[in-house]
Amino acid sequence: MIEDLTFIAQISIKSSVAVLLATVGGIINERSGVLNLGIEGMMLVGALAGFAAGHFTGSPLLAVAAGALAGGMLSLVHAFFTIGLRSNQVLSGLALTILGTGLANFLGRPLIGQTGVRIRQLPVPYLADIPVIGDILFNQSPFAYAAYLLVPLAWFVLFQTRTGLILRAVGEDARSADVAGVNVPLTRTLSVFVGGLFAGLAGTYLSLSYTPGWKETMTGGQGWIAIAMIIFCFWNPLLAFFGALLFGGLTALQFFFQATSMDLIPSYVLKMLPYLLTIGVLVMVSASSKRRKSASPADLGVPFYREL
Amino acid sequence: MIRIEKRIQPLRYQGIFAATSAVVIAFVVGCAIFAGLGVNPLTAYAAMGKGVFSSADAFSEVLVKATPLIFTGLAVATAAVMMLWNIGAEGQLVWGGICAAGAALFLFPQTQPWLLIPLVLTASALGGMVWALIPALLKAKLRVNEILTTLLLNYVAIIYMEHLFYGPWRDPAGFGFPGTAQIPEAAQLLRFAGTRISLGFPLALLCAVMLYYLLYKSVWGYQVRVIGKELRAARYAGFNVTGKILAVMALSGAFAGMAGMVEVCGIHYRLQTGLAVGYGYDGIIVAWLAGLNPLVVPFTAILLGALFVGGEQLQSVLGLPSTISLILEGALLFGLFTGQTLVRYTVTISGRSKEVS
Repeated sequence: MIEDLTFIAQISIKSSVAVLLATVGGIINERSGVLNLGIEGMMLVGALAGFAAGHFTGSPLLAVAAGALAGGMLSLVHAFFTIGLRSNQVLSGLALTILGTGLANFLGRPLIGQTGVRIRQLPVPYLADIPVIGDILFNQSPFAYAAYLLVPLAWFVLFQTRTGLILRAVGEDARSADVAGVNVPLTRTLSVFVGGLFAGLAGTYLSLSYTPGWKETMTGGQGWIAIAMIIFCFWNPLLAFFGALLFGGLTALQFFFQATSMDLIPSYVLKMLPYLLTIGVLVMVSASSKRRKSASPADLGVPFYREL
Repeated sequence: MIRIEKRIQPLRYQGIFAATSAVVIAFVVGCAIFAGLGVNPLTAYAAMGKGVFSSADAFSEVLVKATPLIFTGLAVATAAVMMLWNIGAEGQLVWGGICAAGAALFLFPQTQPWLLIPLVLTASALGGMVWALIPALLKAKLRVNEILTTLLLNYVAIIYMEHLFYGPWRDPAGFGFPGTAQIPEAAQLLRFAGTRISLGFPLALLCAVMLYYLLYKSVWGYQVRVIGKELRAARYAGFNVTGKILAVMALSGAFAGMAGMVEVCGIHYRLQTGLAVGYGYDGIIVAWLAGLNPLVVPFTAILLGALFVGGEQLQSVLGLPSTISLILEGALLFGLFTGQTLVRYTVTISGRSKEVS
């Protein structure tokens, strides 16, 4: 029984890393007032770039850097159009997902079925020896450890530093921030870029660690789930742990039922659950709309420009 | 540094200007990709063009591809006119397909064609409608963001469809292939002489015209457009916004559902994997490229259809993955944004920005 639970908990964390990274990136991004619906596309491009770099260079480090950077580069397209040309943020995000999916499918065609670098589970010395907890938390991929550090770091930067204050000010009231001398377009561009880096990293985790290899549409909607989780955790990186674990937990249950061939719930219902649950979560958050309104950056989705 | 200034008056013919710039920019992006791959862009575009225009047969395939795209384009446009985002046309299309196949195979298998086809069409429209009403209700009653709910429901619909044709609906005589049995001949849409163009195409055109009259020539449509443009004014005028959200999304879902029907009854003749290939998402591009005008939707759908057929040609002639059409689709949208900006603003790119004092 304990073993089963440990197994489920370990897989839960393993399955939640990508959503967690993408969610936190999205939070940084949206806190500055820019909505980016292109996370799914950036994750796919990141997954492909990471896998390809690993395949051709054999270096895990280069692979991770390439994956994250690819996500960041693609996000700059969104930044250029929404911040530079004032295009509709919803449409531009959708276009980014279409473009990213297209790029990844097109460039990745020759890499389907190839092998590349794998980043395996790496038990942390001493910590992994703690009974139960050690196995759950510290017998994971290095990506998970990176997430353990990056998520609190993101929270710290956003809420405890001057940089974070400026970023949030831009997201809450761009006009006032501008009057106070903040470079609004630059701040927004940088936070969109950081969001892209996180999404790229999330994709890289999938193609190097979680399900090593390149497969078209291998993100399976995790980018969209991340966008829902941003709302669910009220734009707070620390709460993103819970949102991502919710998704990871359901995925783990799916594995568990499959592994033990229990027929309690039909497998297609299990497959639907993460998506249905995400919708459920959105409904729940909307029901408490007061808190959501106060948590949401006031200028989210509002383009900024000095009109003479 | 980019400097953007508002034009005193927007350029004339904004829609045409924006759409043209979309095509031009997508063309240039395509050139860059081909050149990057070491293929002469002219050779590549010639191959695409040849694939589309070389024969009446080739061009008929464009209209085959355009048929579901018109429906999904109308679906997206219907919702977008009211500033609702229906990103769920894919899932609604799938439900349309499920209902069409189900009605033809199990509900009314022995019916005459003149009765069966309308029944199947109604079933598919209802299927798409019900699936679209879920996010619509959540939006209208609880203000749940419809972008995410419509999109997430796509995954659910596809998983359910796969369950059906891998499981309970699988053709017992199908040698284990995933897919239902063939639908009865009475439910198959009539095809035009020797081509794969079915009755679905004129039906799609008819829907486009009807939607135009509904949106632009009726009081109901006027109210919908006012809600889309100025929600507060509409509320002040006492328009029933909640009811409109439900009605508009239902109509939108019905169009997407019919896209599923014309695919199942006009092309595949069964429910199988080829149904969810992204026409729902393509509908977003079709609709916005058409400036949300239902009468323009068929033209942009044909343009996209030509892009797909040309892309397939690239694969067979030059060995380039046909997924290049997806990149060009993205480029079309970003090109459209560029055009939309140029219509309203002047853009100057200079080395140094001059501070406005």
